[in-house]
Amino acid sequence: MMPVKSSSPYQALVIGVSAGGLNALHNILPKLPKSFPLAIIVLQHRGEVVFDGTSHNDFLISYFQKDCAMSVTEATIGAEIKPGNIYIAPAKYHLLIEKTKVFSLSLEPPVNFALPSIDVLFDSASACYKNQLIGLILTGASSDGSTGLKTIKGRAGLTLVQEPKTAEVDFMPKSAISLHTVDHILPLDDIAEFLCQLIQGDKE
Amino acid sequence: MTPSTQAKPQVYSHRPNEDEVMALEIKLLLQAIAFRYDYDFSHYAQASLTRRINNCLKKSQLNNIAEMIPKVLHQPEFFELFLKEMSVTVTEMFRDPKVFKELRNKVFTQLKTYSRINIWHAGCATGEEVYSLAIMLKEEGLLHRCQIYATDFNNQSLKVAEQGIYKAEKISEYTHNYQLAGGKASFADYYQAKHGYAKIHNDLKEHITFAHHNLIKDQCFAQMHLIICRNVLIYFDKTLQNNVLSLFNQSLLHRGYLLLGDKESLEFSKQKNNFDTIAKDQRIYQKISYE
Ligand SMILES: C[S@@+](CC[C@H](N)C(=O)[O-])C[C@H]1O[C@@H](n2cnc3c(N)ncnc32)[C@H](O)[C@@H]1O
Repeated sequence: MMPVKSSSPYQALVIGVSAGGLNALHNILPKLPKSFPLAIIVLQHRGEVVFDGTSHNDFLISYFQKDCAMSVTEATIGAEIKPGNIYIAPAKYHLLIEKTKVFSLSLEPPVNFALPSIDVLFDSASACYKNQLIGLILTGASSDGSTGLKTIKGRAGLTLVQEPKTAEVDFMPKSAISLHTVDHILPLDDIAEFLCQLIQGDKE
Repeated sequence: MTPSTQAKPQVYSHRPNEDEVMALEIKLLLQAIAFRYDYDFSHYAQASLTRRINNCLKKSQLNNIAEMIPKVLHQPEFFELFLKEMSVTVTEMFRDPKVFKELRNKVFTQLKTYSRINIWHAGCATGEEVYSLAIMLKEEGLLHRCQIYATDFNNQSLKVAEQGIYKAEKISEYTHNYQLAGGKASFADYYQAKHGYAKIHNDLKEHITFAHHNLIKDQCFAQMHLIICRNVLIYFDKTLQNNVLSLFNQSLLHRGYLLLGDKESLEFSKQKNNFDTIAKDQRIYQKISYE
Protein backbone atom coordinates (compact mmCIF):
# COMPACT_ATOMS: atom_id res chain seq x y z
CA MET A 1 0.00 0.00 0.00
CA MET A 2 1.20 3.44 -0.81
CA PRO A 3 0.65 6.64 1.12
CA VAL A 4 -1.60 9.17 -0.52
CA LYS A 5 -1.79 12.95 -0.50
CA SER A 6 -5.34 14.19 -0.64
CA SER A 7 -5.14 16.81 -3.36
CA SER A 8 -7.37 14.85 -5.69
CA PRO A 9 -9.68 16.70 -8.05
CA TYR A 10 -12.01 13.72 -7.72
CA GLN A 11 -14.55 13.06 -4.99
CA ALA A 12 -16.01 9.71 -5.87
CA LEU A 13 -15.35 6.52 -7.80
CA VAL A 14 -18.25 4.39 -9.05
CA ILE A 15 -17.49 0.81 -10.03
CA GLY A 16 -19.84 -1.31 -12.12
CA VAL A 17 -19.17 -5.02 -12.25
CA SER A 18 -21.05 -8.18 -13.08
CA ALA A 19 -20.02 -11.80 -13.68
CA GLY A 20 -16.52 -12.47 -12.29
CA GLY A 21 -16.79 -9.47 -10.04
CA LEU A 22 -15.74 -10.99 -6.76
CA ASN A 23 -12.23 -11.76 -7.96
CA ALA A 24 -11.81 -8.52 -9.85
CA LEU A 25 -12.92 -6.41 -6.90
CA HIS A 26 -10.74 -8.42 -4.60
CA ASN A 27 -7.78 -7.61 -6.81
CA ILE A 28 -8.42 -3.87 -6.49
CA LEU A 29 -10.08 -2.86 -3.23
CA PRO A 30 -7.65 -4.35 -0.68
CA LYS A 31 -4.75 -2.51 -2.34
CA LEU A 32 -6.25 0.90 -1.61
CA PRO A 33 -4.96 2.64 1.53
CA LYS A 34 -7.14 3.65 4.46
CA SER A 35 -6.43 7.27 3.54
CA PHE A 36 -7.84 6.91 0.02
CA PRO A 37 -9.59 10.27 -0.30
CA LEU A 38 -12.51 9.25 -2.51
CA ALA A 39 -15.83 7.64 -1.72
CA ILE A 40 -16.06 4.37 -3.62
CA ILE A 41 -19.46 3.05 -4.61
CA VAL A 42 -19.51 -0.53 -5.85
CA LEU A 43 -22.38 -1.99 -7.81
CA GLN A 44 -22.02 -5.74 -8.23
CA HIS A 45 -24.79 -7.39 -10.26
CA ARG A 46 -26.49 -10.25 -8.51
CA GLY A 47 -27.52 -13.50 -10.16
CA GLU A 48 -31.02 -14.50 -11.16
CA VAL A 49 -31.49 -16.81 -8.21
CA VAL A 50 -34.00 -15.96 -5.54
CA PHE A 51 -32.13 -15.27 -2.37
CA ASP A 52 -32.45 -13.26 0.76
CA GLY A 53 -30.97 -9.92 -0.26
CA THR A 54 -29.84 -8.90 3.20
CA SER A 55 -27.72 -11.87 4.03
CA HIS A 56 -26.17 -11.87 0.56
CA ASN A 57 -25.08 -8.30 1.03
CA ASP A 58 -23.81 -9.05 4.52
CA PHE A 59 -21.63 -11.67 2.89
CA LEU A 60 -20.22 -9.25 0.31
CA ILE A 61 -19.52 -6.65 2.95
CA SER A 62 -17.75 -8.91 5.40
CA TYR A 63 -15.87 -10.57 2.53
CA PHE A 64 -14.34 -7.25 1.52
CA GLN A 65 -14.06 -5.71 4.96
CA LYS A 66 -11.85 -8.59 6.01
CA ASP A 67 -9.15 -7.60 3.53
CA CYS A 68 -9.68 -3.87 2.97
CA ALA A 69 -8.08 -1.01 4.84
CA MET A 70 -10.95 1.27 3.87
CA SER A 71 -14.20 0.77 5.70
CA VAL A 72 -16.84 -1.22 3.82
CA THR A 73 -20.58 -0.72 4.42
CA GLU A 74 -23.86 -1.11 2.62
CA ALA A 75 -25.13 1.95 0.79
CA THR A 76 -28.14 2.85 2.89
CA ILE A 77 -30.91 5.26 2.10
CA GLY A 78 -30.25 8.80 3.32
CA ALA A 79 -26.66 8.06 4.33
CA GLU A 80 -24.20 10.85 3.65
CA ILE A 81 -21.50 9.75 1.21
CA LYS A 82 -18.11 10.27 2.81
CA PRO A 83 -14.59 9.96 1.43
CA GLY A 84 -12.52 7.01 2.52
CA ASN A 85 -15.47 4.63 2.52
CA ILE A 86 -16.44 1.79 0.25
CA TYR A 87 -20.20 1.46 -0.19
CA ILE A 88 -21.78 -1.67 -1.59
CA ALA A 89 -25.10 -1.37 -3.43
CA PRO A 90 -27.83 -3.53 -1.85
CA ALA A 91 -29.68 -6.16 -3.88
CA LYS A 92 -33.16 -5.78 -5.32
CA TYR A 93 -33.28 -1.96 -5.45
CA HIS A 94 -31.78 0.55 -7.85
CA LEU A 95 -29.16 2.69 -6.11
CA LEU A 96 -29.05 6.40 -6.89
CA ILE A 97 -27.08 9.37 -5.63
CA GLU A 98 -28.90 12.58 -4.79
CA LYS A 99 -27.37 15.96 -5.60
CA THR A 100 -27.01 16.44 -1.84
CA LYS A 101 -24.53 13.51 -1.82
CA VAL A 102 -26.73 11.04 -0.04
CA PHE A 103 -27.89 7.67 -1.29
CA SER A 104 -31.42 6.92 -2.34
CA LEU A 105 -33.02 3.67 -3.42
CA SER A 106 -35.75 3.02 -5.90
CA LEU A 107 -37.89 -0.02 -6.46
CA GLU A 108 -38.40 -0.09 -10.20
CA PRO A 109 -38.35 -2.70 -12.92
CA PRO A 110 -34.88 -3.87 -13.98
CA VAL A 111 -32.97 -1.66 -16.41
CA ASN A 112 -30.86 -3.55 -19.01
CA PHE A 113 -32.15 -6.70 -17.27
CA ALA A 114 -30.34 -5.55 -14.16
CA LEU A 115 -31.61 -4.62 -10.72
CA PRO A 116 -29.66 -2.78 -9.41
CA SER A 117 -28.54 -1.28 -12.69
CA ILE A 118 -25.14 0.30 -13.25
CA ASP A 119 -26.54 2.82 -15.74
CA VAL A 120 -29.00 4.11 -13.15
CA LEU A 121 -26.23 4.57 -10.58
CA PHE A 122 -23.71 6.12 -12.98
CA ASP A 123 -26.26 8.51 -14.40
CA SER A 124 -27.30 9.91 -11.02
CA ALA A 125 -23.71 9.87 -9.72
CA SER A 126 -22.51 11.98 -12.63
CA ALA A 127 -25.40 14.42 -12.20
CA CYS A 128 -24.15 14.87 -8.64
CA TYR A 129 -20.35 14.80 -8.96
CA LYS A 130 -19.98 16.00 -12.57
CA ASN A 131 -16.27 16.25 -13.44
CA GLN A 132 -15.24 15.11 -9.96
CA LEU A 133 -16.35 11.57 -10.68
CA ILE A 134 -14.44 8.53 -11.89
CA GLY A 135 -16.36 5.68 -13.51
CA LEU A 136 -14.91 2.19 -13.79
CA ILE A 137 -16.35 -0.79 -15.64
CA LEU A 138 -15.00 -4.25 -14.83
CA THR A 139 -15.70 -7.82 -15.91
CA GLY A 140 -19.23 -8.90 -16.80
CA ALA A 141 -21.63 -10.51 -19.26
CA SER A 142 -23.90 -7.52 -19.63
CA SER A 143 -24.04 -4.26 -21.51
CA ASP A 144 -25.32 -2.44 -18.42
CA GLY A 145 -23.06 0.45 -17.50
CA SER A 146 -21.91 1.36 -21.03
CA THR A 147 -24.38 4.21 -21.41
CA GLY A 148 -23.76 5.34 -17.84
CA LEU A 149 -20.02 5.49 -18.42
CA LYS A 150 -20.57 7.57 -21.54
CA THR A 151 -22.76 9.91 -19.50
CA ILE A 152 -19.92 10.35 -16.98
CA LYS A 153 -17.60 11.26 -19.85
CA GLY A 154 -20.22 13.67 -21.17
CA ARG A 155 -20.13 15.52 -17.86
CA ALA A 156 -16.33 15.69 -18.01
CA GLY A 157 -15.72 12.89 -15.51
CA LEU A 158 -12.93 10.34 -15.97
CA THR A 159 -13.75 6.95 -17.51
CA LEU A 160 -11.83 3.73 -16.93
CA VAL A 161 -12.41 0.23 -18.25
CA GLN A 162 -10.74 -3.04 -17.40
CA GLU A 163 -8.63 -4.29 -20.32
CA PRO A 164 -11.00 -6.96 -21.77
CA LYS A 165 -8.21 -9.53 -22.10
CA THR A 166 -7.74 -9.47 -18.34
CA ALA A 167 -11.46 -9.85 -17.61
CA GLU A 168 -13.08 -13.13 -16.56
CA VAL A 169 -15.92 -12.16 -18.88
CA ASP A 170 -14.97 -9.56 -21.45
CA PHE A 171 -18.43 -8.62 -22.70
CA MET A 172 -19.08 -5.71 -20.36
CA PRO A 173 -15.69 -4.00 -20.79
CA LYS A 174 -15.91 -4.46 -24.57
CA SER A 175 -19.41 -3.05 -24.63
CA ALA A 176 -18.30 0.01 -22.64
CA ILE A 177 -15.31 0.58 -24.91
CA SER A 178 -17.44 0.35 -28.04
CA LEU A 179 -19.78 3.13 -26.93
CA HIS A 180 -17.35 5.97 -26.36
CA THR A 181 -13.62 6.68 -26.28
CA VAL A 182 -12.79 5.83 -22.69
CA ASP A 183 -9.93 7.67 -21.01
CA HIS A 184 -7.96 4.63 -19.89
CA ILE A 185 -8.13 0.90 -20.59
CA LEU A 186 -6.19 -0.87 -17.85
CA PRO A 187 -5.13 -4.43 -17.07
CA LEU A 188 -6.77 -5.65 -13.88
CA ASP A 189 -3.49 -5.89 -11.98
CA ASP A 190 -2.69 -2.23 -12.66
CA ILE A 191 -5.98 -0.62 -11.67
CA ALA A 192 -5.34 -0.10 -7.95
CA GLU A 193 -1.92 1.43 -8.57
CA PHE A 194 -3.34 3.64 -11.30
CA LEU A 195 -6.00 4.94 -8.94
CA CYS A 196 -3.46 5.70 -6.22
CA GLN A 197 -1.22 7.59 -8.62
CA LEU A 198 -4.17 9.39 -10.10
CA ILE A 199 -5.32 10.88 -6.85
CA GLN A 200 -1.74 11.86 -6.01
CA GLY A 201 -1.79 13.92 -9.19
CA ASP A 202 0.86 11.87 -11.04
CA LYS A 203 -1.63 11.18 -13.81
CA GLU A 204 -4.03 13.59 -15.43
CA MET B 1 -19.17 37.44 -22.92
CA THR B 2 -18.47 35.47 -19.80
CA PRO B 3 -17.06 37.41 -16.85
CA SER B 4 -13.29 37.26 -16.59
CA THR B 5 -13.12 35.87 -13.04
CA GLN B 6 -10.75 32.97 -13.21
CA ALA B 7 -12.70 29.71 -13.11
CA LYS B 8 -11.28 26.82 -11.13
CA PRO B 9 -11.03 23.67 -13.23
CA GLN B 10 -13.86 21.88 -11.43
CA VAL B 11 -16.28 24.78 -11.71
CA TYR B 12 -18.44 24.97 -14.83
CA SER B 13 -18.94 28.21 -16.74
CA HIS B 14 -21.47 30.83 -15.79
CA ARG B 15 -23.81 29.96 -18.61
CA PRO B 16 -26.35 27.46 -17.34
CA ASN B 17 -25.55 24.00 -18.61
CA GLU B 18 -27.99 21.32 -19.76
CA ASP B 19 -28.36 19.94 -16.24
CA GLU B 20 -29.27 23.30 -14.78
CA VAL B 21 -31.77 23.95 -17.56
CA MET B 22 -33.33 20.56 -16.87
CA ALA B 23 -33.53 21.28 -13.14
CA LEU B 24 -35.48 24.45 -13.95
CA GLU B 25 -37.79 22.62 -16.36
CA ILE B 26 -38.55 20.05 -13.68
CA LYS B 27 -39.24 22.72 -11.11
CA LEU B 28 -41.70 24.46 -13.43
CA LEU B 29 -43.36 21.20 -14.41
CA LEU B 30 -43.88 20.25 -10.77
CA GLN B 31 -45.30 23.70 -10.05
CA ALA B 32 -47.76 23.34 -12.92
CA ILE B 33 -48.86 19.94 -11.64
CA ALA B 34 -49.25 21.10 -8.05
CA PHE B 35 -51.27 24.10 -9.25
CA ARG B 36 -53.53 22.15 -11.59
CA TYR B 37 -54.05 18.85 -9.76
CA ASP B 38 -52.95 19.44 -6.19
CA TYR B 39 -50.30 16.72 -6.43
CA ASP B 40 -47.11 18.12 -4.93
CA PHE B 41 -44.03 16.19 -5.99
CA SER B 42 -41.56 18.78 -4.79
CA HIS B 43 -40.54 16.65 -1.79
CA TYR B 44 -39.89 13.49 -3.72
CA ALA B 45 -36.29 12.26 -3.78
CA GLN B 46 -34.83 14.13 -6.72
CA ALA B 47 -32.64 11.52 -8.39
CA SER B 48 -35.33 8.94 -9.02
CA LEU B 49 -37.95 11.61 -9.72
CA THR B 50 -35.70 13.03 -12.44
CA ARG B 51 -35.23 9.55 -13.82
CA ARG B 52 -38.93 8.89 -14.02
CA ILE B 53 -39.73 12.27 -15.54
CA ASN B 54 -37.17 11.48 -18.23
CA ASN B 55 -38.75 8.05 -18.76
CA CYS B 56 -42.09 9.75 -19.18
CA LEU B 57 -40.52 12.17 -21.66
CA LYS B 58 -39.14 9.31 -23.76
CA LYS B 59 -42.51 7.57 -23.85
CA SER B 60 -44.40 10.72 -24.76
CA GLN B 61 -42.12 11.50 -27.71
CA LEU B 62 -41.80 15.14 -26.76
CA ASN B 63 -38.50 16.96 -27.25
CA ASN B 64 -37.91 18.25 -23.76
CA ILE B 65 -39.40 18.46 -20.30
CA ALA B 66 -40.66 22.00 -20.86
CA GLU B 67 -42.99 20.66 -23.56
CA MET B 68 -44.71 18.56 -20.93
CA ILE B 69 -45.90 21.68 -19.12
CA PRO B 70 -48.69 22.75 -21.52
CA LYS B 71 -49.64 19.08 -21.80
CA VAL B 72 -50.22 18.62 -18.08
CA LEU B 73 -51.99 21.96 -17.85
CA HIS B 74 -54.47 21.28 -20.64
CA GLN B 75 -54.72 17.51 -21.06
CA PRO B 76 -55.80 15.62 -17.95
CA GLU B 77 -55.20 12.34 -19.82
CA PHE B 78 -51.55 13.30 -20.16
CA PHE B 79 -51.37 13.88 -16.44
CA GLU B 80 -52.79 10.37 -15.89
CA LEU B 81 -49.87 9.00 -17.92
CA PHE B 82 -47.46 11.11 -15.94
CA LEU B 83 -48.91 9.93 -12.65
CA LYS B 84 -48.63 6.34 -13.76
CA GLU B 85 -44.95 6.87 -14.48
CA MET B 86 -44.39 8.65 -11.14
CA SER B 87 -46.08 5.99 -9.09
CA VAL B 88 -43.80 3.01 -9.34
CA THR B 89 -46.10 0.03 -9.05
CA VAL B 90 -43.49 -2.69 -8.72
CA THR B 91 -44.69 -5.09 -6.04
CA GLU B 92 -45.15 -8.81 -5.35
CA MET B 93 -46.81 -11.23 -2.96
CA PHE B 94 -44.94 -11.99 0.24
CA ARG B 95 -41.95 -9.86 -0.75
CA ASP B 96 -39.32 -10.50 1.95
CA PRO B 97 -41.03 -13.62 3.35
CA LYS B 98 -39.21 -13.27 6.68
CA VAL B 99 -41.09 -10.04 7.32
CA PHE B 100 -44.43 -11.79 7.08
CA LYS B 101 -43.17 -14.52 9.33
CA GLU B 102 -42.15 -12.00 11.97
CA LEU B 103 -45.41 -10.14 11.58
CA ARG B 104 -47.18 -13.38 12.33
CA ASN B 105 -45.04 -14.30 15.31
CA LYS B 106 -44.60 -10.93 16.95
CA VAL B 107 -47.57 -8.78 15.91
CA PHE B 108 -50.55 -10.99 15.11
CA THR B 109 -50.12 -12.79 18.41
CA GLN B 110 -50.67 -9.43 20.13
CA LEU B 111 -53.51 -8.32 17.89
CA LYS B 112 -55.43 -11.42 18.95
CA THR B 113 -56.45 -9.67 22.15
CA TYR B 114 -58.57 -7.10 20.27
CA SER B 115 -62.12 -7.82 19.22
CA ARG B 116 -61.85 -5.46 16.28
CA ILE B 117 -58.65 -4.74 14.42
CA ASN B 118 -58.00 -1.77 12.13
CA ILE B 119 -55.17 -2.08 9.65
CA TRP B 120 -53.99 0.60 7.24
CA HIS B 121 -51.99 -0.53 4.29
CA ALA B 122 -50.61 2.67 2.75
CA GLY B 123 -49.16 2.56 -0.78
CA CYS B 124 -50.72 -0.78 -1.62
CA ALA B 125 -50.09 -0.40 -5.37
CA THR B 126 -51.76 -3.25 -7.27
CA GLY B 127 -52.68 -5.12 -4.10
CA GLU B 128 -50.36 -8.14 -4.02
CA GLU B 129 -49.05 -7.24 -0.60
CA VAL B 130 -52.42 -6.62 1.00
CA TYR B 131 -53.71 -10.00 -0.18
CA SER B 132 -50.59 -11.59 1.29
CA LEU B 133 -51.48 -9.91 4.55
CA ALA B 134 -55.10 -11.07 4.35
CA ILE B 135 -53.99 -14.66 3.79
CA MET B 136 -51.79 -14.59 6.88
CA LEU B 137 -54.56 -13.02 8.97
CA LYS B 138 -56.98 -15.64 7.80
CA GLU B 139 -54.63 -18.45 8.75
CA GLU B 140 -54.30 -16.94 12.21
CA GLY B 141 -58.08 -16.78 12.54
CA LEU B 142 -58.05 -12.99 12.67
CA LEU B 143 -59.32 -11.87 9.29
CA HIS B 144 -63.01 -11.81 10.23
CA ARG B 145 -62.21 -9.29 12.98
CA CYS B 146 -60.20 -7.03 10.70
CA GLN B 147 -60.98 -3.91 8.76
CA ILE B 148 -58.15 -3.37 6.32
CA TYR B 149 -57.89 -0.02 4.57
CA ALA B 150 -55.69 -0.39 1.51
CA THR B 151 -54.82 2.97 0.03
CA ASP B 152 -52.76 4.45 -2.77
CA PHE B 153 -52.74 7.69 -4.74
CA ASN B 154 -52.80 5.88 -8.05
CA ASN B 155 -56.40 5.09 -9.02
CA GLN B 156 -55.38 2.80 -11.85
CA SER B 157 -53.41 0.63 -9.44
CA LEU B 158 -56.33 0.61 -7.02
CA LYS B 159 -58.60 -0.75 -9.77
CA VAL B 160 -56.21 -3.61 -10.42
CA ALA B 161 -55.95 -4.23 -6.68
CA GLU B 162 -59.72 -4.39 -6.31
CA GLN B 163 -59.99 -6.97 -9.07
CA GLY B 164 -57.25 -9.11 -7.58
CA ILE B 165 -56.39 -10.79 -10.86
CA TYR B 166 -52.72 -11.50 -11.47
CA LYS B 167 -50.61 -13.18 -14.12
CA ALA B 168 -50.34 -16.92 -13.50
CA GLU B 169 -46.64 -16.92 -14.40
CA LYS B 170 -45.86 -15.29 -11.05
CA ILE B 171 -47.65 -17.96 -9.04
CA SER B 172 -44.75 -20.37 -8.59
CA GLU B 173 -42.58 -17.58 -7.16
CA TYR B 174 -45.41 -16.47 -4.88
CA THR B 175 -46.01 -20.03 -3.74
CA HIS B 176 -42.37 -20.31 -2.79
CA ASN B 177 -42.52 -17.00 -0.92
CA TYR B 178 -45.72 -18.06 0.82
CA GLN B 179 -44.04 -21.15 2.16
CA LEU B 180 -41.01 -19.17 3.35
CA ALA B 181 -43.40 -16.78 5.06
CA GLY B 182 -44.69 -19.62 7.20
CA GLY B 183 -47.86 -20.34 5.20
CA LYS B 184 -49.89 -23.02 6.95
CA ALA B 185 -52.06 -24.27 4.11
CA SER B 186 -51.56 -24.53 0.38
CA PHE B 187 -51.22 -21.29 -1.52
CA ALA B 188 -53.48 -22.71 -4.22
CA ASP B 189 -56.36 -22.55 -1.73
CA TYR B 190 -56.47 -18.79 -2.12
CA TYR B 191 -56.91 -18.25 -5.84
CA GLN B 192 -58.63 -19.63 -8.86
CA ALA B 193 -56.50 -20.20 -11.96
CA LYS B 194 -58.06 -19.34 -15.31
CA HIS B 195 -56.63 -18.66 -18.79
CA GLY B 196 -53.17 -17.70 -17.62
CA TYR B 197 -54.49 -15.65 -14.74
CA ALA B 198 -54.99 -16.25 -11.03
CA LYS B 199 -58.00 -14.64 -9.38
CA ILE B 200 -57.81 -14.08 -5.64
CA HIS B 201 -60.80 -15.58 -3.77
CA ASN B 202 -63.53 -13.15 -2.79
CA ASP B 203 -63.56 -14.08 0.89
CA LEU B 204 -60.11 -12.49 1.22
CA LYS B 205 -61.49 -9.25 -0.19
CA GLU B 206 -64.44 -8.97 2.15
CA HIS B 207 -62.45 -7.27 4.85
CA ILE B 208 -60.46 -4.97 2.60
CA THR B 209 -61.57 -1.48 1.59
CA PHE B 210 -59.57 0.00 -1.27
CA ALA B 211 -59.49 3.78 -1.26
CA HIS B 212 -57.67 6.73 -2.71
CA HIS B 213 -55.37 8.42 -0.20
CA ASN B 214 -52.51 10.76 -0.97
CA LEU B 215 -49.88 10.61 1.77
CA ILE B 216 -48.69 14.09 0.89
CA LYS B 217 -51.90 15.89 1.68
CA ASP B 218 -54.59 13.61 3.09
CA GLN B 219 -55.08 13.17 6.82
CA CYS B 220 -55.71 10.28 9.18
CA PHE B 221 -59.11 8.68 8.84
CA ALA B 222 -59.28 6.07 11.62
CA GLN B 223 -57.35 4.79 14.64
CA MET B 224 -55.17 1.90 13.60
CA HIS B 225 -53.75 -1.15 15.35
CA LEU B 226 -51.28 -1.73 12.55
CA ILE B 227 -49.96 0.40 9.71
CA ILE B 228 -48.04 -1.13 6.84
CA CYS B 229 -46.21 1.15 4.46
CA ARG B 230 -43.44 -0.52 2.54
CA ASN B 231 -41.28 0.91 -0.22
CA VAL B 232 -43.10 4.19 -0.40
CA LEU B 233 -40.94 6.35 1.89
CA ILE B 234 -37.91 5.53 -0.27
CA TYR B 235 -39.31 7.89 -2.90
CA PHE B 236 -39.63 10.82 -0.49
CA ASP B 237 -37.09 13.31 0.81
CA LYS B 238 -36.34 13.63 4.54
CA THR B 239 -38.96 16.32 5.14
CA LEU B 240 -41.77 14.39 3.52
CA GLN B 241 -40.66 11.16 5.22
CA ASN B 242 -40.93 12.88 8.59
CA ASN B 243 -44.36 14.31 7.76
CA VAL B 244 -45.71 10.95 6.70
CA LEU B 245 -44.22 9.18 9.72
CA SER B 246 -45.83 11.74 11.97
CA LEU B 247 -49.16 11.09 10.24
CA PHE B 248 -48.68 7.39 10.97
CA ASN B 249 -47.90 8.15 14.60
CA GLN B 250 -51.11 10.16 14.90
CA SER B 251 -53.13 7.40 13.25
CA LEU B 252 -51.84 4.64 15.51
CA LEU B 253 -53.48 3.61 18.75
CA HIS B 254 -51.23 3.33 21.78
CA ARG B 255 -49.04 0.26 21.38
CA GLY B 256 -50.02 0.15 17.69
CA TYR B 257 -47.58 -1.38 15.22
CA LEU B 258 -45.79 0.09 12.23
CA LEU B 259 -44.18 -1.96 9.47
CA LEU B 260 -41.85 -0.30 6.96
CA GLY B 261 -39.98 -1.58 3.89
CA ASP B 262 -36.77 -3.55 4.04
CA LYS B 263 -34.54 -0.53 3.47
CA GLU B 264 -36.58 2.02 5.39
CA SER B 265 -36.15 2.69 9.07
CA LEU B 266 -37.06 5.07 11.85
CA GLU B 267 -33.40 5.33 12.80
CA PHE B 268 -32.76 8.76 11.26
CA SER B 269 -36.28 10.12 11.55
CA LYS B 270 -37.89 12.48 14.01
CA GLN B 271 -40.21 9.66 15.13
CA LYS B 272 -37.35 7.50 16.39
CA ASN B 273 -38.10 8.12 20.05
CA ASN B 274 -41.82 7.57 19.73
CA PHE B 275 -41.41 3.92 18.80
CA ASP B 276 -39.91 0.75 20.20
CA THR B 277 -38.15 -1.60 17.82
CA ILE B 278 -39.84 -4.99 17.70
CA ALA B 279 -37.81 -6.53 14.88
CA LYS B 280 -34.89 -4.44 13.64
CA ASP B 281 -34.14 -6.21 10.37
CA GLN B 282 -37.79 -6.67 9.50
CA ARG B 283 -38.54 -3.01 10.31
CA ILE B 284 -41.34 -3.67 12.76
CA TYR B 285 -41.94 -0.91 15.30
CA GLN B 286 -44.42 -0.31 18.09
CA LYS B 287 -45.74 3.03 19.21
CA ILE B 288 -44.65 3.83 22.74
CA SER B 289 -47.43 4.46 25.17
CA TYR B 290 -46.79 7.27 27.66
CA GLU B 291 -49.73 6.36 29.81
C1 LIG C 1 -43.03 0.42 -5.08
S1 LIG C 1 -44.73 0.55 -4.66
C2 LIG C 1 -44.79 -0.33 -3.16
C3 LIG C 1 -45.81 -1.42 -3.18
C4 LIG C 1 -45.84 -2.33 -1.97
N1 LIG C 1 -46.06 -1.63 -0.74
C5 LIG C 1 -44.57 -3.17 -1.90
O1 LIG C 1 -43.66 -2.81 -1.15
O2 LIG C 1 -44.45 -4.17 -2.60
C6 LIG C 1 -44.91 2.26 -4.22
C7 LIG C 1 -46.36 2.72 -4.15
O3 LIG C 1 -46.42 3.95 -3.45
C8 LIG C 1 -47.44 4.74 -4.03
N2 LIG C 1 -47.25 6.15 -3.69
C9 LIG C 1 -46.23 6.96 -4.06
N3 LIG C 1 -46.42 8.20 -3.59
C10 LIG C 1 -47.60 8.17 -2.89
C11 LIG C 1 -48.36 9.15 -2.18
N4 LIG C 1 -47.93 10.41 -2.12
N5 LIG C 1 -49.49 8.78 -1.59
C12 LIG C 1 -49.94 7.50 -1.67
N6 LIG C 1 -49.28 6.53 -2.34
C13 LIG C 1 -48.13 6.86 -2.95
C14 LIG C 1 -47.30 4.45 -5.50
O4 LIG C 1 -48.48 4.78 -6.21
C15 LIG C 1 -46.99 2.96 -5.52
O5 LIG C 1 -48.15 2.21 -5.66
